[in-house]
Amino acid sequence: MSKPKIATASLAGCFGCHMSVLDIDDRILKLIELVDFDKSPIDDIKKFSARCAVGLIEGGCCNEENVHVLRDFRRNCDVLIALGDCATMGGIPAMRNGIPLRECLEEAYLKGPTVYNPSGTFPNDPELPLVLDRVYPLHEVVKVDISLPGCPPPADAIWDAMVALLGGKPIDLKYGLLRYD
Amino acid sequence: MRAVTTANELKKVVIEPVTRIEGHGKVTLLLNAKGRVEQARLHVVEFRGFERFVQGRPYWEVPVLVERLCGICPVSHHLAAAKAVDVIVGAPKLTATAEKMRRLMHYGQMYQSHALHFFHLVSPDLLFGFDADPAVRNVIGVAQKHPDLAVQGVMMRKWGQEIIKATAGKKIHGTGAIPGGINKNLSIEERDVLAKDADKMLEWAVAALELCKKYTRDHLGELASFGSFPSNHLSIIRADGAMDLYDGGLRAIDADGKKIFDHVAPSDYLKVIREEVRPWSYMKFPFITDLGPEKGWYRVGPLARINTCDFIDTPIAEKERSELMALGKGKPINITMAYHWARMIELVHSAEKIKQLLGDKDLQGTELVKKGTRQAEGVGIVEAPGHAVPPLPRQRPGSGGDGQPHRLHHEQQRAHEPGHPEGRGRVLRRQAGDRGAAESHRDRDPGL
Repeated sequence: MSKPKIATASLAGCFGCHMSVLDIDDRILKLIELVDFDKSPIDDIKKFSARCAVGLIEGGCCNEENVHVLRDFRRNCDVLIALGDCATMGGIPAMRNGIPLRECLEEAYLKGPTVYNPSGTFPNDPELPLVLDRVYPLHEVVKVDISLPGCPPPADAIWDAMVALLGGKPIDLKYGLLRYD
Repeated sequence: MRAVTTANELKKVVIEPVTRIEGHGKVTLLLNAKGRVEQARLHVVEFRGFERFVQGRPYWEVPVLVERLCGICPVSHHLAAAKAVDVIVGAPKLTATAEKMRRLMHYGQMYQSHALHFFHLVSPDLLFGFDADPAVRNVIGVAQKHPDLAVQGVMMRKWGQEIIKATAGKKIHGTGAIPGGINKNLSIEERDVLAKDADKMLEWAVAALELCKKYTRDHLGELASFGSFPSNHLSIIRADGAMDLYDGGLRAIDADGKKIFDHVAPSDYLKVIREEVRPWSYMKFPFITDLGPEKGWYRVGPLARINTCDFIDTPIAEKERSELMALGKGKPINITMAYHWARMIELVHSAEKIKQLLGDKDLQGTELVKKGTRQAEGVGIVEAPGHAVPPLPRQRPGSGGDGQPHRLHHEQQRAHEPGHPEGRGRVLRRQAGDRGAAESHRDRDPGL
C-alpha cells in the first residue's frame, strides 16, 4: 500500500512554521517513513501530483495568489491544517488590518527614508499578485479542519498532531504545547 | 514551469513558485525567436507593510515584531532592532555578558541557517545533479539515499537551534534581546550541554566545507560562468578590517576590489544607501547612492563578506578564506556559485566562534542590562545569514515621514524598517526594466 501524501505551503507567513516542522529534528526520518511529501517548498514539486491526506498551511491570505493556493489545497487535501498563528488568526501581518492599505504602500514605496522612486508609482506589474484589502485567516476563506496555534507551533505539537492524525487517533495535545505566542 | 507566447512574439517562461528558497518568489524569462533570454526577472510577490504598521508601537516591541519578517533568520531581525533600541535607551555599548550572549545567539543562527541551506536546500543539486528527477532532488531524497549525511545536517541545524533557544528563549522568534541588553545569561548546565558537541560540530562543518570545495573545484569550468557577473560587494566590517557578523561600519568595494566607502557608521547609512522602487517586484532594489540605481547595486551575504573583509579572526576559517581568495588572484570573487563555498567558510567560522564563546566566563555574568540618556533616534545593522542588506530598523520620532528627527515623547516614537530584501544572497539586478505606467494600486477582497 502506498504511503499517504502530505503537502505544505507558506502563504502570508515567514517560513517559521516550516522551520518548526524541521525542528522535529531526527524524527523527520521517521516522518518520511510514514508519508510521502507532495507539493511543498522543501522539494521542487510545484503542482499537486495526487490527492493528499494532509495539507499544512502556514500564513494567512494577504494577496490573491494566497487565496488561489489555499483553494487549491482545500480541493486536493482530505484534512487541511492551519499551522500557526498567521494561518489561524492572521498573526503579525494582520497588524496592517487597522490601517488603510494605501498608507502601508505609501510608507513602503513613497515616504520611507531610503526610497528612490522618481515615477512615484507603486509596484503594479501584471506578474505581481494583487494585494488584498486586509489579511485574512484561512478559515475566513475555506473550511479548515484543524488549527495548531503558536508563533510558531512547537515542533512537538506538530509531531504529536501528525502522528495522531496518521494513526487515525484524535489529536490530544498536552497543555504546554497549545500556546498563542 | 509554464511557457506562453506574449503579444510581441517573445516566449515567456514562468517558474512559480520558486522552491527550495527562503521567501516567496517567481521568475519570468522572456525568450526571443532564437530561444535566447531577452529578459530575466525575479519577482518578490509578497507585500506585508511592516514599514507602516510598526509605527506607533512601543519601542520595546520592535525586536519581537520585526523578527516575524523571517522565520529562518529571525535572530538577525531581532538583533538589528535590538541594536536600534539600545541607542534609544542610551546604551549603545552593552555589558560584556549582554554582548557575548547576543553574539552567541547570532553565531548559533549563522550555524543553523548555513547548515540548513547546505544540507536541506543545496545538497540535492550537488548529490543528484541539476537535472535529477524533482521527486528525488530534495532533502527527503538525500535522507533516503545518503542517510548519514542527512542525519549530520539535521543534527548540525539542531545544535544551532539549541544555541538560539539557550540565548533567546525559543528556537524561532525568541525574546532574548531587550533594550540595552539581554534578559538571561547562560547557565553552566546549558553551557555544558552545548559545549559537549562543539568539537564534533566544528569537525562536521569542516567536512561540509571540504565537500563543497571539492565540488566547486571539480566543476569549476562550468560553475565559473554559471550565472556569474561582476558586481559591487557590501557588508559590515570590524574597525580593524576583520569579518564581524554582529557589529561594525559599512564597507563597499567594486568588482575589482577598490573601496567605494569604508567604516560608514550605521547612523549614517542614509548617506550611502538608497532603495529603488521598480514596478515588477514588491522588493525594493538597494543601491549605493553615489553610483546610482544602474551601477550602484551590490552583492551581499557570505560571498560579499568574504570579499570585503581583510581577514577572519578564527584560524581555520582564515586559512580557508585565503584559499578561496587565491582563486581571484587578488581581486574579489564574482563567481555566483562560489557563494556555497563562502557560506561553508562562515559555517566553520561560526563553529569556531561558538566554541570560543562557550569557554568564556562572561556568559555567566549577571550584569545584563544598561541604561543611559534617552535618544530620539537609533539605527541598528547586523549581517543576516544569506540575504541582502541587513535589516536597518530605525526608531524615528515624528509624524512627517521625512526622516527628520523631531522631539516627541517616547510613547509617540515611531519605528521603521526599510525594506527587507527576501531571497537568499541573490541580488538580481541585471534588467533595467521598463517602468510601469502610473496606476493606483489595486485592492481586492478574496471573495471576489
